[in-house]
Amino acid sequence: MAETVADTRRLLSKPQNLNDAYGPPSNFLEIDVGNPQTTGVGRARFTTYEIRVKTNLPIFKLKESTVRRRYSDFEWLRNELERESKVVVPPLPGKALLRQLPFRGDDGIFDDSFIEERKQGLEQFINKVAGHPLAQNERCLHMFLQDEVIDKNYTPSKIRHT
Amino acid sequence: MRPASQAETPARESGVGSPASVLARCGLYESPARGPSQNEGVIVLDAAQTKLYYDRGNHHEFVSLVKDLARPGEFTQSQTFDFEFTHVEKPYESYTGQNVKLRYFLRATVSRRLNDVVKEMDIVVHTLSTYPELNSSIKMEVGIEDCLHIEFEYNKSKYHLKDVIVGKIYFLLVRIKIKHMEIDIIKRETTGTGPNVYHENDTIAKYEIMDGAPVRGESIPIRLFLAGYELTPTMRDINKKFSVRYYLNLVLIDEEERRYFKQQEVVLWRKGDIVRKSMSHQAAIASQRFEGTSSHAEARTPSQPAENNSRQ
Repeated sequence: MAETVADTRRLLSKPQNLNDAYGPPSNFLEIDVGNPQTTGVGRARFTTYEIRVKTNLPIFKLKESTVRRRYSDFEWLRNELERESKVVVPPLPGKALLRQLPFRGDDGIFDDSFIEERKQGLEQFINKVAGHPLAQNERCLHMFLQDEVIDKNYTPSKIRHT
Repeated sequence: MRPASQAETPARESGVGSPASVLARCGLYESPARGPSQNEGVIVLDAAQTKLYYDRGNHHEFVSLVKDLARPGEFTQSQTFDFEFTHVEKPYESYTGQNVKLRYFLRATVSRRLNDVVKEMDIVVHTLSTYPELNSSIKMEVGIEDCLHIEFEYNKSKYHLKDVIVGKIYFLLVRIKIKHMEIDIIKRETTGTGPNVYHENDTIAKYEIMDGAPVRGESIPIRLFLAGYELTPTMRDINKKFSVRYYLNLVLIDEEERRYFKQQEVVLWRKGDIVRKSMSHQAAIASQRFEGTSSHAEARTPSQPAENNSRQ
C-alpha cells in the first residue's frame, strides 16, 4: 500500500470572544511593599512597611487593600503557612541579628540601605507566596494581607471559594 | 590453533510472530601459525533471552534451538559449515533499555577439552503492526479549582513511530500568571515483579508549545513530529518480565517557576515500512550472499500482517 502523508492540519477550535482577548486578564495580582516607617523610641523602636494589594482574583475579599506590617508579622505568616499548608514556602530576607548588637558604626537595623534591602526582599517574598494557588486557600494569608490587625489567636482554616 | 568462527545472517528479521527461517554460515578458520587442533564438536545455538541488569547475571532464555555442526575430531584446515534454523519463533521485539535487555542471537561454540571457543552474533527483531481499527482522539478537561482550567486534545491515542501528534490546548480559566507551556515525551521502563517492581522514567523529548501568558478562550496548537526522537513501540508485560510505556506530559510553568502538569499515556506502534513486493526482492539479495545454497535461499515472507500488540 502506498505511503500516506500524515495530516498535520490544526484541530478545529472555537474563535475567541473579543472581550476575553482584549479585556483585562483574570490573573491580575500586584502587591507592593513600600513606605517604611520607624515608630517608637529607644529600645522599643521598630519599622513597619505598607502592604498594598491590587487584584481581580475572586478569592480575595477586597480588590484593593492597604495594611501595615512589621518583619515579625512576616515571620508569623511564614510559620503558619509551613505548618498549615503543603506549600514549600520561600525564605524571608535575613533576620540581621548582628545589626541589632550595640556599638555599631551605622544605624543597625534602622539603617536606610538595610531597610531598603529588606523591603525589596519582603516584596519578593509576599508576591511569590500570594500567587501560589494552595497558599491562597489559607486564612492566615488573607488575614495578613487584608485584615487591619492580625489576630494571632485565630483558628487556622481554609478559605472556601465563593 | 585459534579457530575463529564467523556467522552471517540477514541483519533484520521481521514479521509479527511469524516464524521465519534463519539461514547462516559458520566458518572455522585456522590460524596458519599453529597446527591441527582437537575439538569435541561444533554446535550452533539460536537463542533469545531477556536479561535483567539488576539481577546480576540472571539471563532468562525464552527461545533456544540447537544444531550440531561437526562431530568431535581434529581440524587441520579452515572449514565452513552452512546451517539453517527453520520456523524460529520471534514473539517479541529486540529491546535494549536501562535495566533490561532482550536480544536474539546466534552462538557458535567449539567445545574443547580445556577451553571452549564461543562467538555470538546479535540479530535485531522488530515487531510490525498496521493501522489500528480503533484510534480515538484523547480529549479531557483538567485543572485546579477556580485557578486554572484547560481542555487538552490529542488527535489519536495510538501513534506509529514516524507519526505526528496534532493537538490543541484550550484555556477555560486562567487565574495564574503562566510564563510558558511545553509538552514532554516520557518513557517509563518497568522491570521486576511483585514487591520488586521498579520504574525508570526518562524524558525523551521536551518541546515548547507556548511562550507568554494566555487568557481565557485561547487555543494553542500542538504539532509534534515523532520521527526525530528515539522511540520504541509500547511493550506491555513482555514475557512477564518488563514493560515499556510512553506518556505525553503537558507542563505549564508560571512566573514563579511553579509547574502544573498533566500526564497522559499514548500507545506507540511500529509501522512496517517494507512493501510486500520488495520483501521477496530483499530475500533474493540476502540469499545471494551464500554461494551454492540457492535451494535454501527462500526467506519466508511474512503472511498477512495482522493487528496485534498495539491493541492488547
